[in-house]
Amino acid sequence: MSLHLVSASFGGAVEFIFAPQESNVTGGKKVGGFDKTMELLIGHLEVTILALAIALLIALPLGLYLGHKGRGELFAVGIGNAGRAIPELAVIALVATLIGIGMRNVAPALALLGIAPILVNAYVGVRQVDPAAVDAARGMGMSELSIIRKVEFPLAIPTVMGGIRSAAIVILATATIAPLAGVETLGDFIINRNVYGENGLLAGALLVALLALALEGSLALLQRRLTSDGLKVKTA
Amino acid sequence: MRTDQTRMRVLLAALAALALTLALAACGSSSDSTTSGSTEGGSGAGTIQSNPDNGKVSLTIGSKNFPEQEILGEIYAQALTAAGYKVKSALNLGSETVALKAVKTGQISGYPEYASTALTSFFGLEPEEVPADATEAWEKANEEFEKEGLQAFEPTPFASANAVGTTKETAEKYDLETVSDLEGVSEELSLYGSPECRQRIDCLAGLEKLYGLKFKSFTPVDIGLRYTVLEKGQADLSILFTTDPQLSAESDKFVILEDDKEVFPAGNIIFVTEKKVAEEAGPDYEETILKVQEGLDLKVMQELDARVELEKETPKAAAKAYLESAGYIG
Amino acid sequence: MASPVVFAAAGQVGGDFFKERESGTLPCQANENHLFCFDWARENIDRYGTPTQQHLEIVLLSVVIGFAIAFALALFAHRTRWAQPPLLAATGVLYTIPSIAFFFLLLPVTGFGRDTAIIVLSAYTLQIIYRNTMLGLDNVPDSVKDAARGMGLTNRQILWKVELPLATPEIIAGLRVATASTIAITTLVVLISAGGLGTQMYGSNFNFPTAILIAVGIIALMVLAFDLLFLTTQRLLTPWRKVRPR
Repeated sequence: MSLHLVSASFGGAVEFIFAPQESNVTGGKKVGGFDKTMELLIGHLEVTILALAIALLIALPLGLYLGHKGRGELFAVGIGNAGRAIPELAVIALVATLIGIGMRNVAPALALLGIAPILVNAYVGVRQVDPAAVDAARGMGMSELSIIRKVEFPLAIPTVMGGIRSAAIVILATATIAPLAGVETLGDFIINRNVYGENGLLAGALLVALLALALEGSLALLQRRLTSDGLKVKTA
Repeated sequence: MRTDQTRMRVLLAALAALALTLALAACGSSSDSTTSGSTEGGSGAGTIQSNPDNGKVSLTIGSKNFPEQEILGEIYAQALTAAGYKVKSALNLGSETVALKAVKTGQISGYPEYASTALTSFFGLEPEEVPADATEAWEKANEEFEKEGLQAFEPTPFASANAVGTTKETAEKYDLETVSDLEGVSEELSLYGSPECRQRIDCLAGLEKLYGLKFKSFTPVDIGLRYTVLEKGQADLSILFTTDPQLSAESDKFVILEDDKEVFPAGNIIFVTEKKVAEEAGPDYEETILKVQEGLDLKVMQELDARVELEKETPKAAAKAYLESAGYIG
Repeated sequence: MASPVVFAAAGQVGGDFFKERESGTLPCQANENHLFCFDWARENIDRYGTPTQQHLEIVLLSVVIGFAIAFALALFAHRTRWAQPPLLAATGVLYTIPSIAFFFLLLPVTGFGRDTAIIVLSAYTLQIIYRNTMLGLDNVPDSVKDAARGMGLTNRQILWKVELPLATPEIIAGLRVATASTIAITTLVVLISAGGLGTQMYGSNFNFPTAILIAVGIIALMVLAFDLLFLTTQRLLTPWRKVRPR
């Protein structure tokens, strides 16, 4: 494939993002354009953030607690391994058919995919905390909950954030096929190329890639801000 | 040593699991081989005879992305194979625009299209301009296709159309029998349809422009979910097809509204191909296709749709059953 | 009135072609609300043969290619310190871009089909294995390397006889993670017409839980099989180490 053709394709994709194009299907309606792009971008972010929030709510406390107690290693690791192998298309298809379509149903399903990395990393992160620090805290008379909050969690932040970043990526990626279940995300451009055309298809792929990089970048920055200075030397 | 024993057991377990997966792959793929091309001179004058000259020609048959289309694609593909051609299938391409592009770029040799869709989606006709007579519709479409170097073969007996469908309860609640009955009511109702529905004049665009209806919401969903959304109570209205098997098999649950303003023209299937592909393939190409679709009346098509959509047979198996039952292949 | 236009139908199919269907008597799979239809599963299991084969092929090719490139890159970076940050950043980008977007970004260049799938999946496995290999090599204690040098081993010998064997658990851990993820992501290649078990979850099977669940079951079996294989290989290669589940 000549470079010229490739750049022409990408040029067309960029155009698509900003200006409405002639529709493939005669009917006169134009497709694409900035408004539509923003609409889908926001939809994509909405479902991603909602699913991530649900996953955090469930997996973070559980992982921290198990790590603190030192129990359930097999469970946490097992979930972590199993979670990696869940096929996203199956999740979307089963949700659409058995439970229902739309954000209300899809967001929890996406959260399922994010639970595994958060749980495992929270568990491992806490387990790796220096026991001397925990002992010292206990010696000072801190309650178990305070120990988790003030000692273990801050020290585990790099690992925990790693898990959250993994979860965010997999949720964002799966949100790309959420249009199959009635949630309008940037994946719409990709999946429904009969409406949006080749330009739309490439535009969608480009936007999803950029969004993923932006999200990962933001979370990396957040991790750096949350990590106490003493730890910063060690983490990549 | 004990650890050696455990290691051996684990290794055996792993190999067993892998072997199981490979066995599944192997045994399945062997039974998946396509039926061979030549047919013996079988019973009945309708049987397709294999012509050795056709063996030089390679064809790729495409179809759009829903079961009825896949069945048709399989019927044509298997029939042409019986006639001695080397046939590949590329079913489930996408909607009509993707399929047409595939023909024009030579990715596929041809695919089955609805005459009404061709006229409204490709050539910009308004629904009322679509001829009700199948032969007229075909001739009109063919005229337009020829301008682009394409050709459409003559139509099938059966025709299919889009339709606005709903559950029996909703129809009774709002007293709906025709689409026009939705006037004044549609603002409270949600409509679900395929993604391209918004732009199509024989779909949402037509409902808005020609029926003057505004809906509470339109949600694009995959065609495969058109009954699921009604069943789950999420959709008040859904775009269905008149040939859907659910309409007769589950007639106590679903009902379609009569298209009183004739916005949804019915279309017979016409096979669209490039002129030069047809010339290179020889006369058997068109003849086989026309011959094998003679048996496709409405009842037969609905039966085939039922087998694939309700009983979840493969389009390949359903097509084969049709061809054998009608005596086209021995 | 736009009634469906019907020709004088040829009606050539046999009379027994048609079946009676009524709402109450539909088979399991026709019911929208079913979860799993055992009869259908039993009769149609051979449908999964070709998709499973395609799936396995894509996974194996991607993992092998990804491993080969990652391994070579890691060995290079291990010696060439300045290359490490840029390589780390590059592999990080590969990891972040969702495979599904990546598949379609490559379309203008490599088109639909298996090649695009394998390129993207190899890139994905590459970055996991690269990172793990680097980690494994970096974690070899300097004291061990010093001792080896003291015994007169060349750098090359140290690499192959000391560092790599000690890094093996980490490398295999990377292989396990990469393979499990690849098996899952390969279900998406149906969207670029590359086959695989995703074909049984898409199209007319999208609203058919039985077919989807069988495909998921096969995927789980595959993941388990490869996991056990890797674990056992590790035990055989590094008998001195007790394997911790990761």
